[in-house]
Amino acid sequence: MKNHVLRPLWASLAIVALVLLVRSVVVPKDFGIHGNRPDGKNFTFTFHRLGAIDDWKKFKVKYRGKQYCEECHEEKVAENMSSKHRIIQCENCHGPAIDHPDNPETLAIDRSRDLCLRCHADLPYPGSHRGDLPAIDPEEHNPGEACADCHNPHNPNLEDME
Amino acid sequence: MSCSRRDFLRRSIKGGIAASLPLSAFKFLSPAQAKSLVRESGLRWVFLVDTTKCVGCGLCVKACKLENEVPYDVPVTRTWVERYVVTKDGKFHADSPMGGRDGFTEQKIDEQEIPPEEIAKAFFVPKLCNQCENPACVQVCPVGATFQTPEGVVLVDRTWCIGCAYCIMACPYGARFFHPVYRVAEKCTFCYHRISKGMKTACVQACPFGARQIGNFKDENDPVTKTILTQRVAVLKDEYGTKPQVYYIGLDSNVR
Ligand code: HEC
Ligand code: HEC
Ligand code: HEC
Ligand code: HEC
Repeated sequence: MKNHVLRPLWASLAIVALVLLVRSVVVPKDFGIHGNRPDGKNFTFTFHRLGAIDDWKKFKVKYRGKQYCEECHEEKVAENMSSKHRIIQCENCHGPAIDHPDNPETLAIDRSRDLCLRCHADLPYPGSHRGDLPAIDPEEHNPGEACADCHNPHNPNLEDME
Repeated sequence: MSCSRRDFLRRSIKGGIAASLPLSAFKFLSPAQAKSLVRESGLRWVFLVDTTKCVGCGLCVKACKLENEVPYDVPVTRTWVERYVVTKDGKFHADSPMGGRDGFTEQKIDEQEIPPEEIAKAFFVPKLCNQCENPACVQVCPVGATFQTPEGVVLVDRTWCIGCAYCIMACPYGARFFHPVYRVAEKCTFCYHRISKGMKTACVQACPFGARQIGNFKDENDPVTKTILTQRVAVLKDEYGTKPQVYYIGLDSNVR
């Protein structure tokens, strides 16, 4: 065959070879179909780098739960667990513990009214559990003062208040 | 370099056999064999949202953002809470300021004041990725950067995602977004790092009212599985055929 016909053929073959070469270097060895689905749609849904699963498993856990606080703040937890606020996680108000008390050494104390208003601002919503919570109108109920000045956030017992 | 006809034919046949091998290997598996390979983990994570228990405190959204390092003050989030207010004249209003991160503390909705006596019903609906059985977002990924784990969770490979955003467009639930720091597609992972250690997801743990629950659909004694199988539950946008795996109790037809 004549040269001008073959040249583009070689050129395109070279490009294909180059792409395959680059691909073999760039694409990680653990890339492929991992796991089979009953419907056989394996290529569609389970084609990936296997290491990505472990990457996500290694992600740092930050919220530790009430049991963890109990190790050191035993009294606080006991007080809280005997109150109407026992269903609330400590970290909902104090932020994630991460490696507290090593890092961070101490957790935030949020005395803002907004924290309490998340649940206690009056919203007259029939058909929602919100309507069942004890509610106040933030503009009427001691405006400008921190809720924690009068209420104990860990045990907000109205009967204990003078 | 030259290529004889014989060489060409020989190579084509070899190539053809090589390409068809993996396909035929799957096709001839008996159903029993296939079943033994499939999801051998015995795990299928599913989520149950009881909208009647939600009070709209937004503590789940806060916990999710901090647990999963989603930039806190950027209006993107992996899970969010929507508020619906239906008035007696049949109109409905919905909002989700900052995804409900700071809860709902005002009666104003969408800058609009609605007098309590006009409200027919009002409620909150937490939303998150549905970890679909047939995830459209995975189907459209051009590079294989998003995939389904054997436990049914859809993950994004951050080292491999090119940020083309096809998946963000493909998700019927709007559950995906662009991560402003890593510059890749981002989505709820059912807190894969927590559930694979036997913990609850951050949002489930944060919810004081039990409005969110996670369970294993392969375990028939799991309370979540029992509820899904024995009570009236619904899923969002069933008609899309993605087979979403977040089930809702108390869903309203106004919720889309
Ligand atoms: C291993 C022991 C330990 C555990 C577990 C622990 N803490 Fe602490 N925490 C401490 C110590 C010690 C301090 C005091 C640090 C300081 O005052 O500088 C502290 C301080 C605090 C403070 C600030 C108190 C103040 O007066 O400023 C808060 C709030 C707090 N912890 C909340 C929590 C919560 C919530 C948890 C559970 C998620 C928790 N801690 C778990 C040891 C612990
Ligand atoms: C509803 C929100 C809320 C929850 C839940 C909560 N706290 Fe607090 N916590 C506060 C507030 C507000 C303060 C500040 C109180 C003040 O200034 O009088 C505080 C203060 C503290 C302090 C330091 C000051 C003090 O009173 O000794 C510690 C320690 C603490 N909390 C631990 C805990 C632990 C442990 C839990 C879980 C059992 C918990 N908190 C749950 C809101 C909360
Ligand atoms: C996650 C939602 C939530 C948050 C945030 C919250 N509370 Fe509560 N609060 C509750 C629930 C639930 C009850 C108990 C309702 C019941 O059992 O009747 C309650 C009860 C109360 C009561 C009434 C107690 C009684 O004896 O009837 C007071 C007062 C109170 N909370 C104050 C506060 C204060 C102050 C804060 C902020 C530091 C706060 N709450 C934050 C959910 C919340
Ligand atoms: C100046 C002190 C004071 C401050 C500040 C204060 N409260 Fe109260 N609160 C009271 C007293 C006293 C009562 C009980 C009498 C009553 O119902 O008014 C009460 C009652 C409540 C109740 C129970 C209402 C009911 O009908 O069961 C809730 C909930 C409550 N407060 C939440 C809050 C929240 C949230 C804040 C902050 C935004 C706050 N309070 C700030 C003194 C205070």
